[in-house]
Amino acid sequence: MSRPSSDDAEKATPDGEGSKAADQSKMNPDSSDPRRPSDHFDSADLSASGASEPSGAVSPALGIVGWARWAWRQLTSMRTALVLLLLLAVAAVPGSLFPQRSADPNGVTQYQSDHPDIFGFLDSISMFDVYHSPWFSAIYILLFVSLIGCILPRTKHHLKALRSRPPRTPARLGRLADFRSETADVDAEEAIDAAAKQLRGAGYRIERYDSPARGKRPATRSVSAERGYLRETGNLVFHAALVGVLVAVGIGGAFKYTGQRVVVEGTTFVNTLLDYSSMNRGQAVAEDALEPYAMTLDSFDVTYQPPGSNAMSQAGDFAANVTIRRPGGDETSGVVKVNSPLTIGGDSIYLLGNGYAPTITIRDVDDEIIYHDSVAFLPSGDAQMTSQGVVKVADGLPEQLGLVGFFYPTVAELDTGAYASQYGDLLNPLLTLDVYAGDLGIDDGTPRNVYALDPTGMDRLTGGDTGVESIELAPGDTADLPDGMGTITFEDETPEGTDSALGSTESVKRFASLQVHHDASAVWVLVFAVLAVLGLLTALFVPRRRMWVKAVETEDGVELEYAGLARGEDPTLAAAVDQMAEKHLVGLGVTPKEPDAAAEPAEPDGARETVEPDGAAVPDEASDAPKEAAAPETPDDASDGPRRGDAAGSGR
Amino acid sequence: MPDVASLDTYSVILVWTAIAIYTLAFIAYAVDLSKRSQESIEQHDAAHSRQREKIGALSAASASSVDVVSHAADSSAAPVGAAKAPRRVFSRVGTALTALGFLMHLGGTLLRGIAAERVPWSNMWEFAMTGTLLIMAVYLGVQFWKDLRFLGTFMTGLVVVLLGASSTFYVAIVPLMDPLKSVWLVIHVFVASLSTAFLALAFGLSVMQLLQARRERLALVAAENGDGPKRSFLRTLPSAEALEGLAYRLAIIGFILWTFTLIAGAIWAQEAWGRYWGFDVKEVWTFIIWVLYAGYIHARATRGWRGTRSAWLAIVGFVAVIFNFTIVNMYFDGLHAYSGL
Ligand code: HEM
Repeated sequence: MSRPSSDDAEKATPDGEGSKAADQSKMNPDSSDPRRPSDHFDSADLSASGASEPSGAVSPALGIVGWARWAWRQLTSMRTALVLLLLLAVAAVPGSLFPQRSADPNGVTQYQSDHPDIFGFLDSISMFDVYHSPWFSAIYILLFVSLIGCILPRTKHHLKALRSRPPRTPARLGRLADFRSETADVDAEEAIDAAAKQLRGAGYRIERYDSPARGKRPATRSVSAERGYLRETGNLVFHAALVGVLVAVGIGGAFKYTGQRVVVEGTTFVNTLLDYSSMNRGQAVAEDALEPYAMTLDSFDVTYQPPGSNAMSQAGDFAANVTIRRPGGDETSGVVKVNSPLTIGGDSIYLLGNGYAPTITIRDVDDEIIYHDSVAFLPSGDAQMTSQGVVKVADGLPEQLGLVGFFYPTVAELDTGAYASQYGDLLNPLLTLDVYAGDLGIDDGTPRNVYALDPTGMDRLTGGDTGVESIELAPGDTADLPDGMGTITFEDETPEGTDSALGSTESVKRFASLQVHHDASAVWVLVFAVLAVLGLLTALFVPRRRMWVKAVETEDGVELEYAGLARGEDPTLAAAVDQMAEKHLVGLGVTPKEPDAAAEPAEPDGARETVEPDGAAVPDEASDAPKEAAAPETPDDASDGPRRGDAAGSGR
Repeated sequence: MPDVASLDTYSVILVWTAIAIYTLAFIAYAVDLSKRSQESIEQHDAAHSRQREKIGALSAASASSVDVVSHAADSSAAPVGAAKAPRRVFSRVGTALTALGFLMHLGGTLLRGIAAERVPWSNMWEFAMTGTLLIMAVYLGVQFWKDLRFLGTFMTGLVVVLLGASSTFYVAIVPLMDPLKSVWLVIHVFVASLSTAFLALAFGLSVMQLLQARRERLALVAAENGDGPKRSFLRTLPSAEALEGLAYRLAIIGFILWTFTLIAGAIWAQEAWGRYWGFDVKEVWTFIIWVLYAGYIHARATRGWRGTRSAWLAIVGFVAVIFNFTIVNMYFDGLHAYSGL
């Protein structure tokens, strides 16, 4: 495409005399232009890009201040931001390849036992705590320092720019990519007044620039208009909101707590640190900061897809029905469901899991009850709810007992003779237990996992190679403990009055695994995230552009000139200039001539973008035949000659 | 009312019909590309003898330039004029077929949704079905804005491969798992798929941009050596710079939708799991993709990174999107265990 060679083009700056390079993007930035890092492609501060060659740009004589300034400029450059962003993306990858302590502690333990040889090394480079590792933190901290260093000066500059006036009208608008002109028999002053009014109405900030006739130059009246300051505002809001998100997450972390607790149907849990099976809390959460309330799990609902369906045994419609008592004595009931947490004060209660909690009673030889509890058996992961659990009897028997077992809600015997559950609901429940006697290892106060038994120092009394049958119980059954120690009963919990003919699926209690979560910062994170999106939309879609309308009094009448200049990505500029001109002319009662068909470049759509800062990219045909491309140039001021960028890519 | 299983069977049949039609569209588009490549040579022969073809066209139209005189006498002006508005029959056929395939595809997806009585995007097979449907919808929709039919081969090819390969993910209809019963399933997953569709188109444009940039470079060298240009369909396409501009515009739409996906996902995670962010693998990859595209946007604004380098970033970004959908869903353990496999 033809484009004015830069040396006969005039600079679009106030004086307009003898200056050059009025290229779309080479146009010198003035105070109303957003400030960009020096290596921004649109930044005219070419000298500063020398910063990439420190030897040339900074001599050692500059000393510490000079180096510090240079380092700061490096850190806040576009290139650094870009490299840090890419580093951040790469650094996040290992966290998805290795199990992370924060998300999957069991996975880490598993990895350790599977790969003992490399575990130590990987752990030493934080592969299991990637997102808290020194190297990951270094990247994002540097990125955010860079970000702050970038937005502060830009904000300051932008606040000033918001108060500045649109720049002086360039002397020769015809040089601009998006230009139209029309000669009409109108009053110049009126025409420009009308244009000013129209542009102001369209949201432009305007300024009048008139110049009297001087020498051979005719008198001109013009209005200079600018819009789209919001674009930079949006960009700044976006970047500042990212800082906001990080700060909210950081500060919020100190004030949040998350605890897990298993609650069996019919039991109550009190919201104190003691009552949690595990609790994570930020540094700023005091011991007694927890919301005071007690919560009883009245019942737990679940449905299973019927046998024979596509998703047989898939469980759903989980609902934990709870009653909450506050210190004042008021009681409220509520339901915790998946995707629908229950809120109590500042706490949110989530349903994480569920399972069966067989109720077990153990009596000694004198038929005295020494143990009675509903023990949560953890599902082993299949949809059929085969579950595993441990019963620990510390007192009341000659020796401490540990019972390890499986619970099958609907048991079936496999060909191998082993048991397996066939269905998730309680159609044919069975509990199997093996007994260990000896020292449970809990007397010395060492915390022990309630869901696991450490058999060291204990004798196995049933199952395995002991020659004694494992204990097998259906609800309601009682069996003898080995060595005549007493009896064990698997209680049938079916509610009274259930019609035995229909059968019941409530013979065993269920438990819900609940998570209590308190994080007041989440709201702030959301607010900043929404701000970021709004900023992003404005920054990317509000066009920032300048428009000029100029009236030149010539012998043939008044020549009206219209031109627009994009500041940044602005694909619809050409259409906007045409629209403005048409509306203005119609307003003046002039019939605008059709945009010149000849000026329609015969190039594929979107070719307007070939106008680029450094002219490095040679347009299509030109690259195939560069010598020819240099051929005919548009004569000066020919208003109907081919202009680069007319119409094509204008979005029409 | 037919039963669920037979509705689902019709859905599968429609989807396979769509794949077949897309394949035909692919062939038509491919023929178009080879015709373009031929055309590029004819254009060159015609233009070579004299002026740049554009000047010819311009002067022929404006009749005000001196060129006209010399040009009118030039018999080669006619083919130049003819080449100006090639009919591109095969390209049109390709687009018509694509639209037809899209209708089948749409029908198949709707039937699946009706059979399942929920939105058809809650396991891998359904994600793939809806995701590729949106890719096609965006591709066809974008034609109203810009003629991007030169991407037809690329897009239909991509969709045939993705959809065909996804048939291995097929699962029968099952009820939703509890964590998926949420309006956020509707919003989050839909927006993610829509975003992917825009990013796919941007990806295609970035690939074209790289090819075009390479051709432009070689042509420049060739011209310096006095050699003629090579035949290439690329010569009938917009310049690398114009392609970059188009890719960028589609990518930023994709990026904004992705940003929204990320936030909606966090809100959903807060509701379902009690925390908005936990570095679950799927969250990590969503974040990685977001950062990669932020990098791409920055690269476009960084001196020395515009052009080819930024195009590579867009390509890496889209590869990450596909990786996130396939490998991460299938092989990485995490809370997002909804592939249905
Ligand atoms: C936390 C990491 C960052 C992210 C996620 C990010 C993201 C983005 C995004 C999405 C855009 C496009 C939206 C717009 O034009 O407003 C953008 C633009 C921009 N960013 Fe950042 N950014 C980050 C850090 C930085 C830093 C450290 C700098 C300063 C060196 C910076 C400078 C810019 C500039 C100047 C633009 C405008 C680009 C243009 O003219 O098109 N950003 N950034």
